[in-house]
Amino acid sequence: MNWVLVIVGGMVGAPLRYLTDRAVQSRHDTVFPWGTFTVNVVGCLILGTLTGAAVAGAASSHLQLLLGTGLCGALTTYSTFSFETLRLTEDGARLYAAANVIASVVAGLGAAFAGVSVAEALWA
Amino acid sequence: MTTPHSDTVDEPAELRAPARRPSVWRGQGPAVVAVSVGGAIGASARYGASLLWPTHTGGFPWTTFWVNVVGCFVIGVFMVVITEVWAAHRLVRPFFGTGVLGGFTTFSTYAVDIQRLVDTGHPRTGLAYLAATLVAALAAVWLAVTAVRRVLAWRRRR
Repeated sequence: MNWVLVIVGGMVGAPLRYLTDRAVQSRHDTVFPWGTFTVNVVGCLILGTLTGAAVAGAASSHLQLLLGTGLCGALTTYSTFSFETLRLTEDGARLYAAANVIASVVAGLGAAFAGVSVAEALWA
Repeated sequence: MTTPHSDTVDEPAELRAPARRPSVWRGQGPAVVAVSVGGAIGASARYGASLLWPTHTGGFPWTTFWVNVVGCFVIGVFMVVITEVWAAHRLVRPFFGTGVLGGFTTFSTYAVDIQRLVDTGHPRTGLAYLAATLVAALAAVWLAVTAVRRVLAWRRRR
């Protein structure tokens, strides 16, 4: 059962990242990887909210496997984030590379903390 | 994974957005299926790793750390091979790069793990994990790309 939940979550999360990335990149004529940035921050917000709900006892372990391990895990990515950062450096866009690292970490952490706080306010 | 931004460079302006917008979605069916199957495999592998090597509360999340670092190394190897050596089927990159590796590595667990460490009174472990993952992940992708290119150059010279 647990494996099925992770697999279903992953099957939805990964294509959601792929389609979001394509949609976001097609609207921006820039070298900055807005697509990956967007899915990573949104994923951090969802997982933060889910974790806050779980700590408050409002989210079951099954929901955490489906939405947390499966969906959010597959929606967000560290491999594409690092590869795009390296590519920006190789293309000579070092400022963008540094901005990508700093913005992703700051916004991702901000989203995770915000999600937990919102969930605790709602369910605690 | 992003598409090259030069896609639209050679097109006349009148052929571009907004009329062309729907084309982002057109013909994406096979790629979406490939990404979906790959994502299920990657997420399962990460879940399996978390069962094999569980992290105790308040401890350094070594399992997620290694999952992300290994995933970054593999994407470095994969991207060089697929762009410079191997004329792979067009679904290989969405399946493996976007699906399997994207599903395997995770940014959300990384961020929320740091939040949990700070919240449960382990801010120093959280900060060490934050910095160590960033440095190791970026070093892994750089090392992989550099090493594979060196091997390819050496093989061409022979």
